[in-house]
Amino acid sequence: MTTREMISTGNELAALAAIDAGCKFFGGYPLTPSSEIMHSLSDMLPEVGGVAIQMEDEIASVCSVIGAAMSGKRALTATSGPGLSLKAENLGLAQMAEVPIVCIDVMRGGPSTGLPTRVAQGDVSQAKHPSHGDYKSITICAGSLAECYTQTARAFNLADRFMQPVFVLLDETLGHMHGRAVIPTAEQTYNEIKGRKQFDGKPEEYFPYGVAQDEPAILNTMFKGYRYHFTGLHHDKHGFPTEEMNTCKLLIERLFNKVEAHEDELEAYEEYMLEDADVMIVAYGSVSLAVKEAIRHLRKENIKVGLFRPITLWPSPAIKIKEYTDKIPKILCVELNMGQYFHEIQRVSSRLDIEGLFKVNGRPISPHEIVDKVKEL
Amino acid sequence: MAFDYSNYLRMEKMPTLWCWGCGDGVILKAVIRAIDKMGWKQDDVCVVSGIGCSGRFSSYVDFNTIHTTHGRTVAYATGVKLANPDKHVICVAGDGDALAIGGNHTIHGCRRNIDLNMIVINNFIYGLTNSQTSPTTPRGMWTVSQKAGNIDPTFNACDLALGAGASFVGRETVIDPKKLERLLVKGFSHKGFSFMEVLSNCHINLGRKNKMASAMENLDWIDSITMGKMKFEKLEEKDKMNFLPTGVLKEDNESKEYCEMYKEIQDVHQGKRAKITQNDFDKKI
Repeated sequence: MTTREMISTGNELAALAAIDAGCKFFGGYPLTPSSEIMHSLSDMLPEVGGVAIQMEDEIASVCSVIGAAMSGKRALTATSGPGLSLKAENLGLAQMAEVPIVCIDVMRGGPSTGLPTRVAQGDVSQAKHPSHGDYKSITICAGSLAECYTQTARAFNLADRFMQPVFVLLDETLGHMHGRAVIPTAEQTYNEIKGRKQFDGKPEEYFPYGVAQDEPAILNTMFKGYRYHFTGLHHDKHGFPTEEMNTCKLLIERLFNKVEAHEDELEAYEEYMLEDADVMIVAYGSVSLAVKEAIRHLRKENIKVGLFRPITLWPSPAIKIKEYTDKIPKILCVELNMGQYFHEIQRVSSRLDIEGLFKVNGRPISPHEIVDKVKEL
Repeated sequence: MAFDYSNYLRMEKMPTLWCWGCGDGVILKAVIRAIDKMGWKQDDVCVVSGIGCSGRFSSYVDFNTIHTTHGRTVAYATGVKLANPDKHVICVAGDGDALAIGGNHTIHGCRRNIDLNMIVINNFIYGLTNSQTSPTTPRGMWTVSQKAGNIDPTFNACDLALGAGASFVGRETVIDPKKLERLLVKGFSHKGFSFMEVLSNCHINLGRKNKMASAMENLDWIDSITMGKMKFEKLEEKDKMNFLPTGVLKEDNESKEYCEMYKEIQDVHQGKRAKITQNDFDKKI
């Protein structure tokens, strides 16, 4: 058996995935609607010899997680929009120093305090670029209870592969949804762990940041005889601060290239009834569940609708999106924001006739709203 | 025989970017001698620094080193220490780091009593960024952000640490490196949060505009505002406000250390002990 059935919530499944994927450190701060992840891990992590700590604020929580990850542990933080805003500066340091962490954002209504207990997808743009400066973010978005588990586990492997923070977006609906999920066994998830690359030569020949222009840094576990330096400043191949202009240029280009050159490893999406579709709906997260229900209704009325659901939101699966937008006449983006991914679809497709169905009142989109909108197209 | 620092320094990074006569170098050397006295292996030590002149400390010493964002040393160090409780973690922060932008982390590090060694280099000014007011800048001094004279009340760093519950609190200056080294050794030996404030000179960005433009004049001023703890205690209350006591101000070896406490949590969840209750603590509120 490689799968098991669970009755659980999205937040609890994400916590379980962290444990199964070998996470040993969690730093958090209470923030609705993500708090259950901390509640679960405060029981589960000490059981497996790990640590879950509630820090004094959102900033401290991400800093403690980055510190643990610098020392070599798999580490996680979880929050919602306001917390992501506060964590931003230090997420930038993790991008710059190439520290692999996973950051789950269970999205709620914004901006500001917004709608703390209600659903939204308003952090999609923020997860693309939470802090200042240039880098390429990796953001994935769970679209079902099972994916709260599988995508969280995947995020840990991606973080170690690309050596940078990986954002997992859930939303209030998914985080608090309680139901059945078929997920991989703990053993299966454990077997799929791909840890970070390590250098095993002589310490004097170790250059953590001296790697090819399309590769991430190789950061050895701390306290093992390879003493090096982490900094948020521009740095050379040793990790030491520098302002030498060519080194600075190559560093930032590499932070881009290491993701861009390997986008095929990141690409993930679902195609649902698109083969003969006249209308393609683009949706992600919990919204995609309502879209599928709407599609089943519409298909009964012989309206040929399909769904394209990006799972990796950033970088976007641009080639695949373009392939569909080139041949399908009508495109509709359904989002719980004012069109944060809609603009990406416009950009990728070079089409200005894309329609949007946006809802920002904290309520989920119901299938009948989508059915009505498709009929209007 | 003179102490050989080169084993502990990243010699290729020398000279430091600190100004001629800066006290930070005295602290760097004292920290190295104290670590050497402790017999800690370089591989087992992690030095975490923040932003400012003191932030560069970590790049000069040959340990596992982290140069973090402004004010967050204790938060990063908490992650390193909790994930590696048997290793030695030293935070080096400036007065802006520890008392302004990172004040919250300082308070909660002290409160948790996690076994971190926090060295706060207090030079009474934002030196690296050219003389802005810091939480410890004396009132009435000139700063570039308060040219008419600083009106902001000053923070007493050690009083803050004492109030927040640090189990080891001490203060020394760069005037007497031997005393400083002894304080550091005591702090490093202490199991729990060790808060060590070191008063240092910034004759360039504090002194020049405040009638102490040389290192010596700046150090004389530091000398004039400090007093050994024993002598300080004998002062009348009204006279105490213009002096900062030096030496070990608190050493409490009874308070439980956080990593050890967390081990108890792990034991509860692994079925090795009963749940923790109020009865496990003498101090209940």
